[in-house]
Amino acid sequence: MAILPPGIDSARFATALEALERVVGAGWVLSSDEDLKPYRDHYSPVPLAEDELLPSAAVAPSAVDQVQAIVRIANEYKLPLYPISTGKNFAYGGPSPNLRGSVVVDLKRMDRILEVNADRNFALVEPGVSYFDLYRHIQERGLKVWIDCPDPGWGSPVGNTLDRGIGYTMGFYRDHAAAQYGVEVVLANGEVMRTGMGALPNGRAWQEYKYGFGPDPSGLFAQGNYGIVTKMGLRLMPQPAHWRTGLVTVPKRRDLAPLINTVNYLNDLSMIGDPWYGSPLRPLLTDPSFRAAATRRGGGDADQLDRYAEAAGLHSWQVELQFYGSERTTLANWEYAKELMMERIPGARLFDGESLKVPLSREQIEQTTGPYATSMRRNITQGVPSLGIWKNLGRTEALPDTWAQGHIGLFAVLPRSADAVFEAQHVFADTMGELGLQSGITALSTPVMWYQFAFLFSAGFSTGGGNASNTPEGRAKVRDGLNALLVKAAEHGWGEYRAAPYFQDSVAAQYSFNDHALRRFNETIKDAVDPNGILAPGRGGIWPSHLRRTRR
Amino acid sequence: MRLARPSALIALVAGWAALGQDADQIDRGKKVFEHYCAPCHGAGRGDDGAPMLPGTHALYLKYRGQISGLLEERADLPVELIKAVVRSGVASMPPFRKTEVTDEDLEAVAAYLKSSAARNPR
Repeated sequence: MAILPPGIDSARFATALEALERVVGAGWVLSSDEDLKPYRDHYSPVPLAEDELLPSAAVAPSAVDQVQAIVRIANEYKLPLYPISTGKNFAYGGPSPNLRGSVVVDLKRMDRILEVNADRNFALVEPGVSYFDLYRHIQERGLKVWIDCPDPGWGSPVGNTLDRGIGYTMGFYRDHAAAQYGVEVVLANGEVMRTGMGALPNGRAWQEYKYGFGPDPSGLFAQGNYGIVTKMGLRLMPQPAHWRTGLVTVPKRRDLAPLINTVNYLNDLSMIGDPWYGSPLRPLLTDPSFRAAATRRGGGDADQLDRYAEAAGLHSWQVELQFYGSERTTLANWEYAKELMMERIPGARLFDGESLKVPLSREQIEQTTGPYATSMRRNITQGVPSLGIWKNLGRTEALPDTWAQGHIGLFAVLPRSADAVFEAQHVFADTMGELGLQSGITALSTPVMWYQFAFLFSAGFSTGGGNASNTPEGRAKVRDGLNALLVKAAEHGWGEYRAAPYFQDSVAAQYSFNDHALRRFNETIKDAVDPNGILAPGRGGIWPSHLRRTRR
Repeated sequence: MRLARPSALIALVAGWAALGQDADQIDRGKKVFEHYCAPCHGAGRGDDGAPMLPGTHALYLKYRGQISGLLEERADLPVELIKAVVRSGVASMPPFRKTEVTDEDLEAVAAYLKSSAARNPR
């Protein structure tokens, strides 16, 4: 018990822990230094610093009634709680709380898959279920539904959804918060509430109509701190019969505009899955003169970059498209996409990709050769969870000894337009240059369309290599740089979609329209539903009244 | 026919029971390893052309082939070391909590790795 919750002395804290242990049983209240080590954010921007966001203890319930009892005890002792599902959202804080000294409510033991319905295409799960668990459950039963998973498969569908995580299949499903259909939540007063049709005693369509009647508060629990979610409904994509890919390349820098507009059109008609943008010019970055042109302050000059492209015989942009459906419908959608591209973009080239019956075999998933070089990651496009993305961290052939040890995620939400992309390229690159931070952003950087109707543009860092050398000082430099980037992004009208606890106040502060009307509204709700401020103080930048002065 | 002495019988039965217990522990360790460790530290290719899974590849690069990158081929992993690495994390590998893998699970993993290394000597 080296760390105590704010305002609680060690004797009172010990008494509170005894009360918690009576609820969850011996062994499931963890408070020794040794036991709390895994509750650190392994990729913390301030490791071992005085303000590192460490918990004072953890308590691990196995059932909803235990969660209710924990909340009641927390009210009695004024204990700040911080619920986690599987605690695996690394780059976004992992299991560490917003408020140092919080008691983590570790929901990993609540790991029941309550229902998977492959006729009506949904699941109902507890927070401790991982994407691996849900996938294995479905596979073992031969059910014809897919999960939409984020890059690492060890996370929780509930936790990821509450963090507004994303995936890689069709638009509706890859926006995990959109595919949330009903929650059960333990409120700050210990009551259990269900949203949508779950509020109807004996409701029969909880995972099919999320709104019920009246306001739907289920969204309040994402990136918020108004309750502890103990069950969640998820829409699942029916397993398609066929998967097809195709590549579009366009010659000129300014062609990015019609390319994006055409992909928007196809996406918004639900004709394509997650599109993967890129630039065929990337190999030229090893040429110093081209690199100088691509990292020019103020942004790349379109005519100059086009001359490089023409001299190299390369196109400027590409998008890899993927289609889910039947063999015939995917072909029809691809043929239509080709027709539109040729009509709208002079000089566009179209390349047929793969055409495979679903589910793909393990060999097909591991296949790396195809009609063209692809950057599309295979497992996640097929709804198969994996930890393969960890190849981007740790030792590599190129960096066997000075590898990146971690990552801090930062993605700005941009409008889906070429103008926004061009602006973001130079604003982020120029700002990082001014801050002395190594940046991989160039005039070739492209956004991702993980959300159905928005771009995300990455300005995240690996906490290693050139930026941080894995030292506390280096990570602090990254931390300060990211905070400065947030401010700069907001000046251009871009906000972050998600952040680690350490950065959540800074991110929330940018959403400041009308003197922070949104934050004031959120905190008015907080004071009303959680008057003792026990639930995840600070999450989403929302602080209870007695802790608002601690806002970073 | 001479009957075995009762004490010898007891020892025999106890030996079988211990063997059974070992087998149970190894089986439990295998399941835990497959669930929690193998997605990063297992055999086979990594994603999208990576030659190995990330954890296996990192260890392969660390030891430059002098020691196997595959944990299932390592006979030099005492339970204390496994617990230290799993509970603290190392390099880019984050730690695991007792709610995910218990100390008993890790003891079972150690028993499984010892057994698998004996079956798969390098």
